[in-house]
Amino acid sequence: MKKLLFLGDEAIAQAAIDAGLSGVYSYPGTPSTEITEYIQSSRRAKERNIFSRWCSNEKTALEAALGMSYAGKRTLSCMKHVGLNVAADAFMNIAISGINGGMIIVTADDPSMHSSQNEQDNRLYGRFAMIPVFEPSNQQEAYDMVYEGYALSEKLGYPILLRITTRMAHSRAGVVTRELTDQNPVAIPEGSESRFVLLPANARKQFGVLLEKQEDFLKASEQSKFNQLFIPAKPSTAKLGIVACGIAFNYLQENYPDGFENPVLKISQYPVPKKQLQELVGQCEEILVLEDGFPVVEEQLKGYLGIGLNVHGRLDGTLSRDGELTPDKVRKALGMEVTTYYETPAVVESRPPALCAGCGHRDVYQALNEVAREYANAKIFSDIGCYTLGALPPFRAINTCIDMGASITMARGASEAGVFPAIAVIGDSTFTHSGMTGLLDCVNSGANVLVIISDNETTGMTGGQDSAATGRIHAICKGIGVDPEHLREIVPLKKNYEEMKQMIREEIEYQGVSVIVPCRECIQTLARKKRTK
Amino acid sequence: MKTDIILAGVGGQGILSIAAVIGEAALQNNLFMKQAEVHGMSQRGGDVQSHLRISDKPVASDLIPLGNVDIIISLEPMEALRYLHYLKKDGWVVTNSKPFENIPHYPEYGKLMEEFDKIPHKIILDVEQIAKDLGAPRSGNVVLLGAAARYLNIGFPGLENGIRSIFGRKGDEIVEMNLNALRAGAEKTEGNDLS
Repeated sequence: MKKLLFLGDEAIAQAAIDAGLSGVYSYPGTPSTEITEYIQSSRRAKERNIFSRWCSNEKTALEAALGMSYAGKRTLSCMKHVGLNVAADAFMNIAISGINGGMIIVTADDPSMHSSQNEQDNRLYGRFAMIPVFEPSNQQEAYDMVYEGYALSEKLGYPILLRITTRMAHSRAGVVTRELTDQNPVAIPEGSESRFVLLPANARKQFGVLLEKQEDFLKASEQSKFNQLFIPAKPSTAKLGIVACGIAFNYLQENYPDGFENPVLKISQYPVPKKQLQELVGQCEEILVLEDGFPVVEEQLKGYLGIGLNVHGRLDGTLSRDGELTPDKVRKALGMEVTTYYETPAVVESRPPALCAGCGHRDVYQALNEVAREYANAKIFSDIGCYTLGALPPFRAINTCIDMGASITMARGASEAGVFPAIAVIGDSTFTHSGMTGLLDCVNSGANVLVIISDNETTGMTGGQDSAATGRIHAICKGIGVDPEHLREIVPLKKNYEEMKQMIREEIEYQGVSVIVPCRECIQTLARKKRTK
Repeated sequence: MKTDIILAGVGGQGILSIAAVIGEAALQNNLFMKQAEVHGMSQRGGDVQSHLRISDKPVASDLIPLGNVDIIISLEPMEALRYLHYLKKDGWVVTNSKPFENIPHYPEYGKLMEEFDKIPHKIILDVEQIAKDLGAPRSGNVVLLGAAARYLNIGFPGLENGIRSIFGRKGDEIVEMNLNALRAGAEKTEGNDLS
């Protein structure tokens, strides 16, 4: 088979197609976006009628994926780490019902927060739900795990959580692909209701089944080719054993180009393989745990009181508790020197990202800032998207940005606490992701808020994916119950400045819920359309 | 033979395209490679870099260790300096000379050049001007790649093939334009073997 150059994300996508995927259900989020985009632009996926349209949010995505799995087909759902928080209700309960057609859920975690608000490690979600977790160490393994993972998921009857990190998602390497598998037919086993109707009586039984299955999951890990124990012929420092999870294994290898000197357990499938771990521990006096993210395995080995095994890692300061691993951090943890020859000169300034020149969000913030300055205590509650960059100079326009949708709901709470004016700024895609329900709360409580839905007709920050909101915002707001007189639209352009400012003033002064929708297409997607014409 | 490369620039300047050309060339030469890119938020005018590793043996880490980089290729002079701690003692810096000033406190040009004076092996050239002179104003990134060609250990024809496969979709004219840009960049630097 031919070797192809794939991002980790693309390797996952190609593997799913090759394994007989019937549908991918996702919401864009860095660093997971390219998986679904790859399937959307794949000719083979089109020929095979694989569903791949973006969903409104991660929860609707995961539930749609479950529906397809229920019908017997193989399905994929991809999200960034915080997206799994949104989908968590579905996620936890899929572990109770189990699945029919094979299901892989990809969580793309972001240690060091390259494009995120936190660096949660979603291997913990895998443990929380008690389902198997894959964590590839390289792109080929990512491909193989997905390709073989569907059969395993169907054999075990449970979804598999595939955990990658930014580095794996956005790094390219040669990958050998395998032969194309047929898609599953629609097949819903008799008596599926006892698993899929989670009334307490059924759920109790199903939880019992999940508990029983833990033994199978462990056995699968212990027999997995993705977990490997390396025992060097002549260990030089046999006292130290090393556990390397996922991509950390590469960083370890990098520091031992001629082969390991210590016993090493590579973990890429969870639950943690007990048999191999016992063998490692039996040979060593100390264990160093290398894992990218939280000290998940380290905590398991150490135990709460730290009695027993002598474990090093992120908890005892051998490695920093936060941030992405690097080959250099691993090198230091192994007690080796890191040598540099030059320093970054002090003259080098930081260069943060910024809103593009000509972006409509810029015009919105400029007008909003000018009006907000007319009030002593204006607070602006923003949200997740390109417009979060309004926090940086020259705008410094926003006071908060917490999670998808929190602009509207926080503005409501603050307004009810007495903040005036309380202004929410949210993008179109974020609005349909998680803003609509918050707006309904505002309408129902008669909150005194101004909601600005800055509509660029795309999901901009992740690179311009289709937005579920396009062409629908007015109707949605009206349907939710926003007074049509206070549901106003404007094109955010220089020539409309004064009009926009006046509109903002009026709607701040209106006692109740008002919505302004400044709408102008993202200049990036516009430029792309012009290029491809 | 292993070559560790850092590609640097500002989001939107086109470092990923030259990374793709090198990657394609490496793959066609049956070399192993890994290339870590930056997607997402930083692409909006922030500093971006890509670690690119090419070797005749499998590559372990997606990231290059500090002090190990053979060559920094940068589309912006200040961005070239940002990654100096990665450079090997006898490593090369190949950079565009023209600053991209989108921040309020961009350093004085003379101060930047003082820093370049301290680096023993460097090539500094105005790739945008060279590209303009060729009538290919958007190919500055490929001119830069041409200038760096001799340090990449994959041969000039390999890079030409890389350009053909990466830009092939965009038509013969674009391919030809970029092949010219590659050659022009190589000719501007001494000792590039174009055969």
